[in-house]
Amino acid sequence: MDLLTVSEVTKNYAGHTALDNVSLSVRQGSVYGLLGPNGAGKTTLIRIINHITAPDSGSVVFDGHPLTQADVAQIGYLPEERGLYKKMKVGDQAVFFARLKGLSKADATRALKEWFDRFEIGSWWNRKVEELSKGMAQKVQFIVTVLHNPKLLIFDEPFSGFDPINANLLRDEILRLRDNGSTIIFSTHNMASVEEICDDITLINNGRNILTGNVDEIRRDFSRGRYSIDFEGDSSRLASALEPVISTFSLSEAPRGRQRMDIVVRDGVDARSVIGIANETSRLAAFNETMASMNDIFINAVSKQK
Amino acid sequence: MDSKTSIIIGREYMERVSKKSFLITTILMPVLMLGLMLVPVLIAMFSESENRQLMVIDNSGKIAQKLQNTSSLTFAATDLTLDSARSLEGIDGVLFIPAEALTGQATMQIYTNGPSSMEIESVITSQVDDIVESYKLSTYGIENLDKIIESITSDVKLQSIRNDKESTESSTALSYMLGFVLTIMLYMCLLLYGQMVMTSIIEEKNNRVLEIVVSSVKPTQLMLGKICGIGLVAVTQIVIWGVLMVSMSAFLLPVLLPETMSSEMAALSEGATTASLSYDVEMLQAISMLGNVSYIIELFGLLLLFLVGGFMLYAAIYAAIGSAVDNIQDAGQLQSVVVFPIIIGVAVAMAAAADPASSLSLWTSFIPFTSPMVMMARIPFGIPAWEIVVSLVILFASFFVVVWFAAKIYRVGIFMYGKKPTFAELIKWMRYK
Repeated sequence: MDLLTVSEVTKNYAGHTALDNVSLSVRQGSVYGLLGPNGAGKTTLIRIINHITAPDSGSVVFDGHPLTQADVAQIGYLPEERGLYKKMKVGDQAVFFARLKGLSKADATRALKEWFDRFEIGSWWNRKVEELSKGMAQKVQFIVTVLHNPKLLIFDEPFSGFDPINANLLRDEILRLRDNGSTIIFSTHNMASVEEICDDITLINNGRNILTGNVDEIRRDFSRGRYSIDFEGDSSRLASALEPVISTFSLSEAPRGRQRMDIVVRDGVDARSVIGIANETSRLAAFNETMASMNDIFINAVSKQK
Repeated sequence: MDSKTSIIIGREYMERVSKKSFLITTILMPVLMLGLMLVPVLIAMFSESENRQLMVIDNSGKIAQKLQNTSSLTFAATDLTLDSARSLEGIDGVLFIPAEALTGQATMQIYTNGPSSMEIESVITSQVDDIVESYKLSTYGIENLDKIIESITSDVKLQSIRNDKESTESSTALSYMLGFVLTIMLYMCLLLYGQMVMTSIIEEKNNRVLEIVVSSVKPTQLMLGKICGIGLVAVTQIVIWGVLMVSMSAFLLPVLLPETMSSEMAALSEGATTASLSYDVEMLQAISMLGNVSYIIELFGLLLLFLVGGFMLYAAIYAAIGSAVDNIQDAGQLQSVVVFPIIIGVAVAMAAAADPASSLSLWTSFIPFTSPMVMMARIPFGIPAWEIVVSLVILFASFFVVVWFAAKIYRVGIFMYGKKPTFAELIKWMRYK
């Protein structure tokens, strides 16, 4: 079942189109990656999902009904560019944001104490935000985002500003929230973390949805016909021998003084025939399928659109 | 008012009221105001010039002996010639009175060591004028001249009483002063708290706390909450000042007044003629107005209403401006939209205090951008209730219109970073969905 369905959403600003007919659906309980270069329209889309701005056309269905202002109590949003009231005490501020999400003062305080204990930041309660470091403030913002147990969580670059230890802590918390039933939209430029935690993705560029689907399927599709050959011998001889069966290749260094050739095999060619040719023209050390990284897929998809 | 907006209001209010600076300005302002009123009095008390010695050479022979010494001037007649008198040491100056002075047409000379002063010169000319006048009268040889003169000297006073109102006396001078003070108070609150709305929005935008807040509340709720929260701070301040003023008028003033003054005030209000009074009528009326607690409460009540209306109106515009820019420097040009009408309002208010019934004062009392200031200048004089009601209704109605436009700009502006928008762009924003 889909928790969120965005259908044919278009949003124009003076002189430019921020979103052009974008559709996507987010499965209940999944982690959904929203990817795209800077200025692609991700933030605009997130704002529309948050009911901050309205689309010019198209619709957003949340939990089975058209999105309304009341639904924001079921959404937690950690914006990429985020801040807190500097002069306010950490605890007062967290209670303030929780109350804006509809929690009572007592509930908010109780839930906050739990979270503060879990993150081992209980001693910050009465400190002013301006005394906190950036990473410390980020933790508070994270807690404020998830405190009201929303059905949908939206994290925009959640790991920026965190050291590796805290980034790990945060990742574990995000996965724990998913396991507890929350659905998560995750926007980032860090492709390694996409491979690690996202189930599905949508890649937006210039306001258009250019790639959407399950992460594993996308990677598999993209990896079809991609292999790497580790060998010793003359690389140009190998390349010319392989020419009839491969479409592209690139060379790099492999361990123990060997060379590596990454190839894309032409459609309809059996990998075994490629191994045969390679074995004849060089001292073949290894022949592997390569799994395309999300990084490759991102760059490839975005540059193809240009 | 929905609960989210009231949570915002609470935060905005507490943040400011719990600041030390709020406490300090709230206490310091009345002290400062009182000081401003007292300073001229104190200056006059302490600046009395020291006594100066003048040698007088009197060629008419009739004037010198009649010159009266004052606290600042001592006259000493002398037979020395002008030149030798001028060379004397240890005197402050020489006054030379020619013989023709008795005709009333001559010119006297004063030679001073050091600068002369307006005060000295006016003392001398008025004394000599009087002396010459009575000398000339005496040459007519009329009997009992002194008594005749005494009986024809007049000192008629004017007591102003409103014919169209129940109220007892009114003091035009005090009304003018009250109008002035109230207008300035309102003007300062509008600018100070209006700009507070603007800077606080710019700050929220800059440190991106806004991005978090708007994920829970609508931008319009945030804007309204901020305006109302800061408006409440202004109201709190005025209420504190009002309470101070009322308690002064109710408790402090009766205690401080001399017995004779309060009994004469009572006599005056019962219709006693002014001849029997030892104090100036205008002053008695002013003090009895200040001591009229219900009048003071009414003034502050109306001040609050006009403050709230005027503040909301201007704060909404300030909010729109604050949302559209990234820093205060960029706000300068856009701010003129607010500052101009406020200053025009104050200027008209000053004119209205001088003539509260003029048609300029009347019309500007109904224009929402000037009405708070102009009305505060006019109200102490006592104006018809319908004018106050109409003015307030227009003011609050226009707030709703302005806030609607402001909200349209605000919800777009807060997400715009970088280039400073032009007025044309602001208008374009209003059309966004």
